[in-house]
Amino acid sequence: MANPAFDLSPKDRSSFENYWLDGAYDEMFEAANVPRAHYRALHRTLLDLPLAEMRRRKQAADISFLHQGITFTVYGREEGTERIFPHDLLPRIVTSQEWATIERGLEQRITALNLFLRDIYNEGRCLAAGIVPREIVYSCKHFRRQMREFHIPRGIYIAVTGTDLVRLPDGRYVVLEDNLRVPSGVSYMLTSRQVMKRIFPELFRLAGVRGIDHYSEALLATLRSLAPDGRPDPNIVLLTPGVYNSAYFEHAFLARQMGIELVEGRDLAVHENMVYMRTTAGLRRVDVIYRRVDDDFIDPLAFRPDSTLGAPGLFNAYRSGNVALANALGTGVADDKALYAYVPAVIRYFLGEEPILDNVETFLCSDPAQRQHVLQHLHEFVVKAVGESGGYGMLVGPYSTAAEREEFRARIEADPRNYIAQPTLQISRAPCFFDGSVEPRHVDLRPYILYGDKITIVPGGLTRVALRKGSLVVNSSQGGGSKDTWVLHEGGGADAVAGG
Amino acid sequence: MLSRVADNLYWMSRYLERAEHTARVMGVQWNLMLEYEPGSAERRWKRVTASVGRREPLEGDAFAAAQSFALAQIVGGIAEARENARQVREQISSEMWEELNMLFHESKRMGTPELFNVQGFDLVYAVIRSSNLFQGITDSTMSHGEGWQFIQTGRFMERVHASAKLIDLHFAEYFDAAEPVSGSDHMEWLGLLRSCTAFEAYCKVYTADLRPERAAEFLLLNADFPHSLRFGAERLLRSLEAIHQSAGARKTDRVSKLAGRLTAALSYTPLEEIMGNLHEFTTGIRRLCGQIHGGIYQVYISYPLDAALEG
Repeated sequence: MANPAFDLSPKDRSSFENYWLDGAYDEMFEAANVPRAHYRALHRTLLDLPLAEMRRRKQAADISFLHQGITFTVYGREEGTERIFPHDLLPRIVTSQEWATIERGLEQRITALNLFLRDIYNEGRCLAAGIVPREIVYSCKHFRRQMREFHIPRGIYIAVTGTDLVRLPDGRYVVLEDNLRVPSGVSYMLTSRQVMKRIFPELFRLAGVRGIDHYSEALLATLRSLAPDGRPDPNIVLLTPGVYNSAYFEHAFLARQMGIELVEGRDLAVHENMVYMRTTAGLRRVDVIYRRVDDDFIDPLAFRPDSTLGAPGLFNAYRSGNVALANALGTGVADDKALYAYVPAVIRYFLGEEPILDNVETFLCSDPAQRQHVLQHLHEFVVKAVGESGGYGMLVGPYSTAAEREEFRARIEADPRNYIAQPTLQISRAPCFFDGSVEPRHVDLRPYILYGDKITIVPGGLTRVALRKGSLVVNSSQGGGSKDTWVLHEGGGADAVAGG
Repeated sequence: MLSRVADNLYWMSRYLERAEHTARVMGVQWNLMLEYEPGSAERRWKRVTASVGRREPLEGDAFAAAQSFALAQIVGGIAEARENARQVREQISSEMWEELNMLFHESKRMGTPELFNVQGFDLVYAVIRSSNLFQGITDSTMSHGEGWQFIQTGRFMERVHASAKLIDLHFAEYFDAAEPVSGSDHMEWLGLLRSCTAFEAYCKVYTADLRPERAAEFLLLNADFPHSLRFGAERLLRSLEAIHQSAGARKTDRVSKLAGRLTAALSYTPLEEIMGNLHEFTTGIRRLCGQIHGGIYQVYISYPLDAALEG
């Protein structure tokens, strides 16, 4: 049988005309014009669809996002500017074998990180054993001494995690960072799937894509499992900083999907270590809070006194065991970028296993020898501030100016604990649709991990795309967009197409 | 239901009703104005803007000032409605949000002064149409529970309050018990009915024979017409009773009793008595509306915590 990929009429060639391959792993092509088996259906469809039709679908998708109000807020410009989340039309496809490895790897990693958190806030065995240096933990600005010696419900610190994976030129997935505080983005994963089903129904039928709609139900079950004293019908709420928060759309979306109340700090009142919410029928007790407010802001009596986003007295209610929080407070110490370098050791120590998913090689600027090496090779490294997220406070060496490098050199020397460096990675690229042609752009992958009675990972995640040509930064606040992520059923994709 | 949510739903609905009311009243006036004698403009716009809520006098060119006020009230009202909806997105159906969000983008696009001068009617129709659609979507996609009742409360509160003002100012200017309606005044009474979407419904009851007393009877006391004050008062009462029911026995029924008084005034006051002093009657209606509004806040939304903890 002739491979359809080689059967290109001149008209067809146009959409891939501007496509090129380079050193990075290409998600779609194994060689020029030779798509990988699981991408054949998509490749064929792209060749068959006239450009006008592609544009029409792209427009239909954009309008759908705008009308549904699927937006995020951009900081640093006009207060509360609403934007549509930039979305690329073409799905990113993951085979069931690849996914099986990712799933096992994440389960292992999250189990270990949770044990680590429980340990450092209680016995501190791994610190005593020298697995992780004490100063890394105690100097982390996300370490909460208020959490010490506190047995939290079921010992689950990280009920919801989003871990960022990237793919190296050899095809391996490695962990770039963990988001253990209030990871966001899952609503884009869920809504973009809805839109894609409307835009590409024929492709779904061909490809054999696994569903992700059970995420909300799994999240609700996870939250329910945390209810204090195993209360049978707990009142679960989602605490949002409010409508001006960049992820407000997601908060409202998840609350609606789960059928729970979306509350703000001003809706809550704490009385004798019980948390209540103000309803039209009077005060009603709250049992579990899925909080999307950072530690610092959650209780002005325990943390930042100037915060108006939380509820005064909430922390004492939490320590009294009258209310559960997901995630627990103080989890940020385990996603600190300096701690990251020790995660493989943490996995070995707590589980006695080798890590299934590797880390990216990481240099700690707090270590004099490593710092020296980084400063001498700044133009080769990506330098990150350890406590930052969202692509802020970052230097991408090969794309930086001399002035930017000097600025970072000064910053690193002033506060070495605050910086780490990683080699500039050739992260994988996937095809994206830009008005009339398909071009490759760099992508990462953030699956969401739920930890309650058991660990649940819905097959998929948020694929973030660096939409600017050549850019390696995928964060939405830095010009990144997203793609739908398709995890295929076993035997999906290639076989279906070969048969058809 | 959360008190804050009730607050948002109530204002979402009030603001949308206000935008729709303003759009309709202004649309009717622009239509009349096209065939009108030039001299009367200033008085007219003063009355019309006052009847849709403007308190300050118009400055400069009355038409331009009225236009920019109306535009702000329509586009601003829709933006407020949407902002309130945005804060309770998980409480309303996706279909409701989509409709309101579309109206918001559409009104922002059409609501620039330049476009408005040539396509003002398009905006008016779009707003009225979308507001009606929104109500239909609300009724068919959202549970008719407490939240829906707060939406009803907001809508009919705004409608009763605004229509009372409109009728009051119109009668103050055009009503003369001794004079039959004639000539150009006929158009004004037609305008009043149209401002309340009442002309066609009025004709079915009284034919196209326009008489001020009949217009008053229809707009104030008709039991079946959705834009009459009595109809609105009865819906308010129904919704507030339902809210009282779902809030539970610990809450006072003060608010629904006030709504009962409002309904009684519109059900049992003879027309002759009302026509004897229409201004006082409509002012009384507006005052009662204000008390109901205040009561809703005291009982359901911003009640003191201490009292709630003792209960």
